[in-house]
Amino acid sequence: MTMPYYVAPEQVMKDRAEYAQKGIARGRSLVAAIYDEGIVIVADNPSRSLHKISEIYDRIAFAGVGKYNEFDQLRVSGIRHADTKGYAYSREDVEARSLANLYAQYLGQVFTHEMKPLEVEILVAELGDELRPRQLYHIAYEGTITDEDRFAVLGGETESIVERLEESYRESWPLSEALQAAVAALAGPERVLEGAGLEVAVLADGNGRRAFRRITGDELASLLL
Amino acid sequence: MNLPLFSTTDDPGPDFAGLLRRLDMSSGPGVASTGTAPAQGFRHGTTVVALRYAEGVVMAGDRRATEGHSIAHRAMEKVFPADRYSAVAIAGAAGPAVEMVRLFQTQLEHYEKVEGVVLSLEGKANQLGQMVRAHLPMAMQGLAVVPLFAGFDLARQTGRIFTYDVTGGHYEESEFNATGSGGRDARTTIKLGYRDGLARDEAVELAIQSLYEAADEDSATGGPDLIRGIYPLVATVSAQGFTSVEESEVAERFAALIERRRQEGRQP
Repeated sequence: MTMPYYVAPEQVMKDRAEYAQKGIARGRSLVAAIYDEGIVIVADNPSRSLHKISEIYDRIAFAGVGKYNEFDQLRVSGIRHADTKGYAYSREDVEARSLANLYAQYLGQVFTHEMKPLEVEILVAELGDELRPRQLYHIAYEGTITDEDRFAVLGGETESIVERLEESYRESWPLSEALQAAVAALAGPERVLEGAGLEVAVLADGNGRRAFRRITGDELASLLL
Repeated sequence: MNLPLFSTTDDPGPDFAGLLRRLDMSSGPGVASTGTAPAQGFRHGTTVVALRYAEGVVMAGDRRATEGHSIAHRAMEKVFPADRYSAVAIAGAAGPAVEMVRLFQTQLEHYEKVEGVVLSLEGKANQLGQMVRAHLPMAMQGLAVVPLFAGFDLARQTGRIFTYDVTGGHYEESEFNATGSGGRDARTTIKLGYRDGLARDEAVELAIQSLYEAADEDSATGGPDLIRGIYPLVATVSAQGFTSVEESEVAERFAALIERRRQEGRQP
C-alpha cells in the first residue's frame, strides 16, 4: 500500500479556492441594485433561453454566475425549498434569509469536503415588505455570505465594476437610472453593452403576487435610452 | 428544513406532488379499510358552473357549504385562479377539495419556475386529472371531489372547459357544464340561454341566472344573500388572464334579475 503525500491543509484550501475563482472568472459578471420601487438584476448574458436570473418565490429572485449546470441545480433546489415550505406553512413564511443560509451551508460543505468546489457565485434577492427590508444576499463559492442593502456584484473581475457603481450610486434612484448605471458598470469604458446582450429582471410591486418580472425587447430598449 | 438536492439520476423534475412524496411530506389520501361506513360530519361544497363565450370562459360558484342538513359556511370560495390563464372550481367534500386546489396551484407554478415555461392547457387539465385519480380511495369513502377546470388556451386562442369524474377521467366540454348538487338545474338554465359566441356580459348574466335557479331548486346551493351581502363568485378567463368579476357588478345583476322577475309578474 502506498501512502499519499502529505499536503498541508492551507495548501489544499488555497488550491481549491484558486480553482473555483478561475472557473468563475471565465464567465461574465452580474449586477443587482436596489432602486426606489424594487430590485433590478442585470446580467451580461447573450443567451435568450439559458437564464442566469430567475424566480424563486413570490418576492424572491435568484441569480448565479460561473458554471451553468452547477448554479442551475442550486436554483432548482431553491425553488423546491421555497415551494415546499410555502405549501407546508404559508406563503408569507417563505423568506430569503433562511434560503441564503442553506445555500451558504451547502457551498461551504462542498468546498471543504468534496474533491471539487462549486465554481459558482450566487445571489438571493428579496423584495421586502412591512416586516422585512429589501435585501441582497451574496454567497461566494466557499460559502461566505454577505448581505448588501445597496448593490451586489457577482463574477470574476468585480473590483472595477464595484468602483464604477460606487461612483454612480444614488439613494432611491429610479429604475432607468439604476439600470443604466448597472449596464455601464458591467460594460466598462471600452465596451458598449446593448439590449440584445443583456438579461434583465426586476422584483417590484405592482406585478401582482409574484413580484418577479423579466424586462425584454422594446421595454428594455426604452429604459436604456 | 434543508436544501432538497437530488442526484441527477433520480431527480423528481418539475413534479411538485412527486417532490412531496420524495420528501415524505405528501398529504396523499389516507386509505381506510374497506367495509367502513362512509365518513360523516364533513363539509360539502355545492354548485359550480363554467361556460364559454366569445373571448374565453366564465366560471361561477355559489358560496354555501353544508354539513349534513345544516349550513356549515355561508361565504365559502369555490372558484380559484389556478394560474394566470386558468381557473378551477370545486364541488364535493370541502376539505380535500380546497387542499387539492392548493396542491394544483403550487404544482402549476412549480412547473413554470423549474422549467421556465408554462404548461399547455391540456397539460394542466391532465395534471388535475391525476390528482383526482389519486384521490379515488377517499372518494370511495364518500369524500368525493369533483372539480371543474377552465382556461384560456394561448396556443389556440380560445377558452376551453374540462369536467372530471371521481376516477380522474376528464372530458372536454364544447359549450358549458356545471357540477355539484345543483349542477343539473344550473345546466338546464344555461342550456336554455346558450348560443355560440356570447358576449362577456351575456355570459356573466347567464352564469348568474343559472346559480339563481339552482339555489331555488337545490337546498344545498346558496343564492344571493341580500341581508349579509354575500354573492356568488364569478370570474372570467380570457387573453387578459384570470379576472374576478367585481362583487358590486354581481350584486347589481342579481338585483336587476329579481326586479325583472317581479315586474314580469313571475315567481322571483
